[in-house]
Amino acid sequence: MKEIIELKHVVKSFDGEPPVLKGVDLKVYDNEFLTLLGPSGCGKTTILRLIGGFEAPDEGDVFFLGERINDVPPYKRNINTVFQKYALFPHLNVFENVAFPLREQKVPKAEIKKRVTEMLALVALTGFESRSVVRLSGGQQQRVAIARALISNPRVLLLDEPLGALDLKLRKDMQQELKKIQKKTGITFIFVTHDQEEALSMSDTIVVMSEGKIHQIGSPTDIYNEPKNAFVADFIGESNIVDGVMLEDRRVSFSGHTFQCVDSGFGKNEPVDVVVRPEDVDIVPVEKGMLRGTVTSVTFMGVHYEIIVDIGGFKWMIQTTDFCAEGSVIGLYIEPDAIHIMKKSEYSDMFGDYSSYSMEMDELSNAESEEEE
Amino acid sequence: MKERKTSQARRITLVDRVSLAPYSVWALLFIVVPLIFIAYYAFTDNSFAFTFENITKFFTATSPVTDSDGATREVRTYMLIFWRSLKLALISTAICLLLGYPIAYIIARATPRAQKTMITLIMVPMWMNFLIRTYAWMTILQDTGLLNALLKTLHLGTVSIIGTEGAVVIGMVYDYLPYMIMPIYSIMAKMDDKLLEAARDLGCNNLGVLRRVVWPLSLPGVISGITMVLVPSISTFYISQKLGNGKFYLIGDAIEGQYVAGNLHFAAAIAFILMVILLACMSLANRWTKRHVYGGV
Repeated sequence: MKEIIELKHVVKSFDGEPPVLKGVDLKVYDNEFLTLLGPSGCGKTTILRLIGGFEAPDEGDVFFLGERINDVPPYKRNINTVFQKYALFPHLNVFENVAFPLREQKVPKAEIKKRVTEMLALVALTGFESRSVVRLSGGQQQRVAIARALISNPRVLLLDEPLGALDLKLRKDMQQELKKIQKKTGITFIFVTHDQEEALSMSDTIVVMSEGKIHQIGSPTDIYNEPKNAFVADFIGESNIVDGVMLEDRRVSFSGHTFQCVDSGFGKNEPVDVVVRPEDVDIVPVEKGMLRGTVTSVTFMGVHYEIIVDIGGFKWMIQTTDFCAEGSVIGLYIEPDAIHIMKKSEYSDMFGDYSSYSMEMDELSNAESEEEE
Repeated sequence: MKERKTSQARRITLVDRVSLAPYSVWALLFIVVPLIFIAYYAFTDNSFAFTFENITKFFTATSPVTDSDGATREVRTYMLIFWRSLKLALISTAICLLLGYPIAYIIARATPRAQKTMITLIMVPMWMNFLIRTYAWMTILQDTGLLNALLKTLHLGTVSIIGTEGAVVIGMVYDYLPYMIMPIYSIMAKMDDKLLEAARDLGCNNLGVLRRVVWPLSLPGVISGITMVLVPSISTFYISQKLGNGKFYLIGDAIEGQYVAGNLHFAAAIAFILMVILLACMSLANRWTKRHVYGGV
């Protein structure tokens, strides 16, 4: 695969504040759909702005097809952006918004008409040519923004939380559509979001970030199944993260029981973080269980129940289709390949315990991160 | 997909009506009634009988002027004055726009703190009395004034500005420039930075951003700035008397002159005609902006 963009040890801070990016290394390959994922203020939008040319790095370099572009202004970069709130030109109609870059390049009129018409067909906006953009719905504005960014055939398209302002249903539709457009055009997409589900469902590559650092770069399945540390495990999906000791290769002890697992390469008796996804725990009769615990809460989620189980003082989240009454004692069974071992990190003990868990809290923190940057 | 509502049709409640009442009364007493009086005086003679005489007088009255070669000829007095007023007002407005637009742009791009300071600096002269400001320009521009004193100390010779059209234009530009800057600034300050970034992203250099995004979006501000400068400068009288040494009789001077001379009906007729012309210009301008700037929204 051909490398299209590279960031080499990029440091960036604003107005003497502590750096937003603390030495970021990143390679983006041609034709891939790459997602920068992380909570508010992790620096993902700053990376996008560095690639777009709206900011220059304090330290380090940005390369585009092997050429250093730190000081190249945005209008000279073959990279376009879909802005968070679309930034459509209110004085121009749909056609002229999309035609904007072509008029700048002095493309002949007939060709502009042809290309804009094709582009509007691609984003399903045929017939909207002479509409005023301020009269479009959020989803339609979104499509105009995408069409406008794609019309000059950029090598890379940057998308800054483009779906953040849409309601859930429309969001899902647009995710599918964006993916389709990306496949059809073969343009490299760099997509910024704080929504892990969105990242998992759309991306070829996910870059998980927090506090100006990249934690892990990998495919959605890698990131989900093999998180590198407690932060990644917690941020991507739900996880129970418990302290464990790696007794030897493929044998780990946690919660007072020794388990078979598939990980190896750790030191003898090395303390580790153990991740078990809520959907990977089987509920069995107490006598057949590897662990036993008391159900402290049950929430019906539609497809499954989400139950919180107290195991020796540590609260686990388990997703199951079987109903267990609150207060009942159950046995738990965990398959070896459901256990993922991580090295201890600065994020150990910060995540993965559900004792203070409540759905409301989760919603609150989600709402907060909507306001991003 | 739901269409976003562009305007919220709100019902006017009784509370709204009551709370608006003082303003309505005020507007009626001090805006509508005087306008009716002007129209009434314009179309009546001294005995308050209906007549078109004052209006026709404006378009037809003649008086002799002496050209520089000594020959005299008859000219349409008020048409001449009107065109002269319009010319000076247009020149002043154009200069105000050329100066004011970049200033407004610079202010709007500055940090919020700097914006506040600069706006205050622009407003401060407006707090001073208009007559004082005009007198100040007299002392500066006089043949023995500050400007010439300065030029003399620099051994650059002297200039004679006072009593020229240039002096009148300087006075008007100085007095009315803030009225050009403020509406343009306020519209530019509201402009979304992202739009400028988007334009740069889509291939515009700085000039392109200015030409294709900033300028068209600022047009409503430009139009209202032009209106706010053109209207007072076309009807100004004091500046031309003081800085023009009374040599440039403008339409405002004509109104004042007729009024002082006791010809209330003719003064009202001139004011009425001027008002009609300005209203026509303004409504044309508004229609044009609506059609060209926001696609009829």
